[in-house]
Amino acid sequence: MAELTIAASEGITPQQNAPLLEVKDLKTYFPIKSGLFNRTVGYVKAVDGISLTLQAGETFGLVGESGSGKSTVGRSIIRLTEKTSGEVLYKGNDLYNMPEKELRHLRPKMQLIFQDPYSSLNPRVRVGDAIGEALLNHGLAPKEETRDRVLDVLQACGLSSYHIDRFPHEFSGGQRQRIGIARALILNPDLIIADEPVSALDVSIQAQIINLFRKLQMTRGLTYLFISHDLSVVEHLCSRIGVMYLGTMMETAPRDELFTHPLHPYTKALLSAVPVPIPRLKRERIVLKGDIPNPANPPAGCKFHTRCPYATDICRQLVPEFRHMGSEHYVACHLV
Amino acid sequence: MKNNVIEIDHLSTYFYTEEGAVKAVNDVSLRIREGETVCIVGESGCGKSVTAMSIMGLVEEPSGKVVDGRIHFEGRDLLRIDKHELRQIRGNDIAMIFQEPMSSLNPVLTIGMQVMEPLMEHQKLSKKEARKRAIELVELVGISRPEQIVDSYPHELSGGMLQRIMIAIAISCNPKLLIADEPTTALDVTIQAQILDMLRQIKEESNTSILLITHDLGVVAEIADYVIVMYSGKIVEEGDVVELFEHPLHPYTQGLLRSKPIIGQRQDELYSIPGQVPNPLELKESCYFYDRCEHCMSICRTQQPVLHSRAGRQKVACWLYEEGVSHG
Amino acid sequence: MSSITGGLADTKQTAASPIRSSLWRQAFRRLRKNKLAMAGLAFIVFMFLVCFFGPLFSPYANNKINPAIMNQAPSFKHWLGTDLLGRDVLTRLLQAGRISLTVGIASMIISVIIGSILGAVAAYYRGIVDQIIMRIADLLLTIPSLPILFILGALLSEWKVPVEYRMYIVMLMLSFVGWPGLARLVRSQMLTIREREYMQAAIVLGLNDRRKLFNHMIPNIVPLLIVISTLSIGGAILSESVLSFFGLGVMPPTPTWGNMIDAANNLIDFEQHPWLWIPPGVAIFTTVIAINIFGDGLRDVLDPKQKK
Repeated sequence: MAELTIAASEGITPQQNAPLLEVKDLKTYFPIKSGLFNRTVGYVKAVDGISLTLQAGETFGLVGESGSGKSTVGRSIIRLTEKTSGEVLYKGNDLYNMPEKELRHLRPKMQLIFQDPYSSLNPRVRVGDAIGEALLNHGLAPKEETRDRVLDVLQACGLSSYHIDRFPHEFSGGQRQRIGIARALILNPDLIIADEPVSALDVSIQAQIINLFRKLQMTRGLTYLFISHDLSVVEHLCSRIGVMYLGTMMETAPRDELFTHPLHPYTKALLSAVPVPIPRLKRERIVLKGDIPNPANPPAGCKFHTRCPYATDICRQLVPEFRHMGSEHYVACHLV
Repeated sequence: MKNNVIEIDHLSTYFYTEEGAVKAVNDVSLRIREGETVCIVGESGCGKSVTAMSIMGLVEEPSGKVVDGRIHFEGRDLLRIDKHELRQIRGNDIAMIFQEPMSSLNPVLTIGMQVMEPLMEHQKLSKKEARKRAIELVELVGISRPEQIVDSYPHELSGGMLQRIMIAIAISCNPKLLIADEPTTALDVTIQAQILDMLRQIKEESNTSILLITHDLGVVAEIADYVIVMYSGKIVEEGDVVELFEHPLHPYTQGLLRSKPIIGQRQDELYSIPGQVPNPLELKESCYFYDRCEHCMSICRTQQPVLHSRAGRQKVACWLYEEGVSHG
Repeated sequence: MSSITGGLADTKQTAASPIRSSLWRQAFRRLRKNKLAMAGLAFIVFMFLVCFFGPLFSPYANNKINPAIMNQAPSFKHWLGTDLLGRDVLTRLLQAGRISLTVGIASMIISVIIGSILGAVAAYYRGIVDQIIMRIADLLLTIPSLPILFILGALLSEWKVPVEYRMYIVMLMLSFVGWPGLARLVRSQMLTIREREYMQAAIVLGLNDRRKLFNHMIPNIVPLLIVISTLSIGGAILSESVLSFFGLGVMPPTPTWGNMIDAANNLIDFEQHPWLWIPPGVAIFTTVIAINIFGDGLRDVLDPKQKK
């Protein structure tokens, strides 16, 4: 922990009692260009007013279907995709309001793990270099020490020391994801944003990686923002969960609360749609009608009203507030 | 006892690479009864998709080849009939749905044209009749405004809609067998639920047999009557869905079932099968699962177990269940 | 590829990691399995050796004019006969090969340098710089290169450029028409790589620009550049030959394969003295084919798009 505070104090001044990460009303819109002069004809509101707070050591799961904007939230937090408005505070410091150089020095503290372990590794860089280069580039370790640090982190991620000189194409999908995790982990980050890190993997490998995430969280006290479409994975790893739909947060709650007392109709439908590997179990299923609307042209009022089995007139007209329902449970629905 | 729609015996399909031959499907036999849903489940590279491709005659030579086996369908061997005959069966008696609906539809033809094509080809309908039937089919798969949808192009529809169109095309000629290769993998869970419901409905209403290929045990439990578990090109276990899920015999099936996180059954640590799938080029005469298996015995390293019947319809290929093998 | 931890591994662990092999070596190993490409390479090497060292062993290397043995058919003394000035055709063919190969390679190197620098600059700065460079490149690409070359060649003759400089000017001319294609290619490749997920990973890791450029972008462009450069040598040799054939490129007495074929322009030579134009024709044909076959082989082993 000593290392963490030293490194953090170099670039920024962490505010007392500030949460590790605070996102306030984040909006990320992508312009839709069209026509001869590439004029902006509209916006895809990928993230449309998301707020969330992560305390150190917390594991927050962000769940949603494709087009919900969950990945864009993660990318906007670490400025891989620029926001449109809102604030992102890391230990009380606005990441969008600091010089480029300072941000670059701060980057090791916030790491992203990509979904696709194939494309997120440079095919022409040896695994050892890929893992160790950021350490050297930031001067976080002397050159002589780097190799030992790489070996340590390889071992922590379940890889062998002889893997250090290999190229990414010599590894299987699961091993590559371990390399991606090792590359993030060697920097001793405070926050790890994992964007669908297991969805490209086979079931038996998925379990290995989930266990690894869990082990690292317990041994190193990491804070996770875990983005996934798979509720069963999120339930396994996360202490608090947020459900997104079309760029908006529908419901956030502590894990057990969310799974035992989901309040939002979308959360309920999502939960009931997850196939369970128990053939005798015949559950009452809420099968949603229709498709996810186009995020470039989301429905007015509650964005879910087009598919909601309980929608009323008010849902079609008014955007529901994100209301506190007790014990950290928030929901955006008129009917609750 | 219902009749078998298709009987596959000792199917072997190899792919030839620079480094050697890959036995993608290695001596696989299976039967699908009338109105039954059979699921082939396994991880990537286990040969489940190649099995489907072999049935459909889609294995492309010279890189791949069906080297052995018989596929009996309505008194004919699909591997030994000429191309013309196969084309008549394909899309008519046996239809297929692929994982990526976007890439399996032609982007420059309207949805309507693509639904009408097999109707005009196999059912010899006139253009007008085919269009009428196409609109009915599109409506049948739960798409509203079918008259407008048939005149739109694939890129104008979402992935879930396209997969429904694929299903409409597949069921247009009332096939006896519907092969679905990971039909919901590219889709969201709420859309997946819709598609699975639809497949179940098709099976009940028209008594179509379904061969569904998936890696998702949840999907299997939802829809299958009979399950086949494949590993490294071979069937390691098969049986009725309830028996197989409640009493899995093969250590691989057991591991697969235990490693899937289930909502409401959280454990501190998920069970995980150690190691990884063996390199298909380096397979030897052994049980292909031995180096990942908790119960590995000396015989497992040197001899390949054969698929033998256990209770009911359940079969397993594992030395643990063979008489006269010293356990330990 | 300079690699820091890899370098450490070299010094510390040479014995412990016998399988440490670079991607280049792996590519070369695969290339060696491609018999056709290796045959192409062997022919190119053969051509080089013969052209550069062959004339040293020839008794006719001084190009003396000897009217007594004009237009003789191939014989033991003159393997490919003699030309209309009584010079040995084989010797001239090899000397011409030196010029043609040098012009081809030199113009390729110049256009690769111009093309990659301009392409990289365009991709890096984008905006107005990109617009200017790429519009110029587009303009040059819209005009077929042969007319441009003809006009430039005609201008050279008009300005009475000394014959001994013409070879160098031909190189520059060929580079002038060669760079736009390369610049486009390098630019689009850079832009593609920029969007790759591993480049985003480099941003997340907070790597500085120098490291991103030299350790991640350039190593991914170089293989493609090698392939394209190799293939463009063939094109340059052909263009030089065409120019020289029309008398707009390198001028006699400096021999090139192109101006040697000029003999075929004369009906009598074409019909009566085929040894004057067939050998240079065959030389161009075989060399360019060999280069293209080798280039295709390189593409197969180096192109990052191809899956293992």
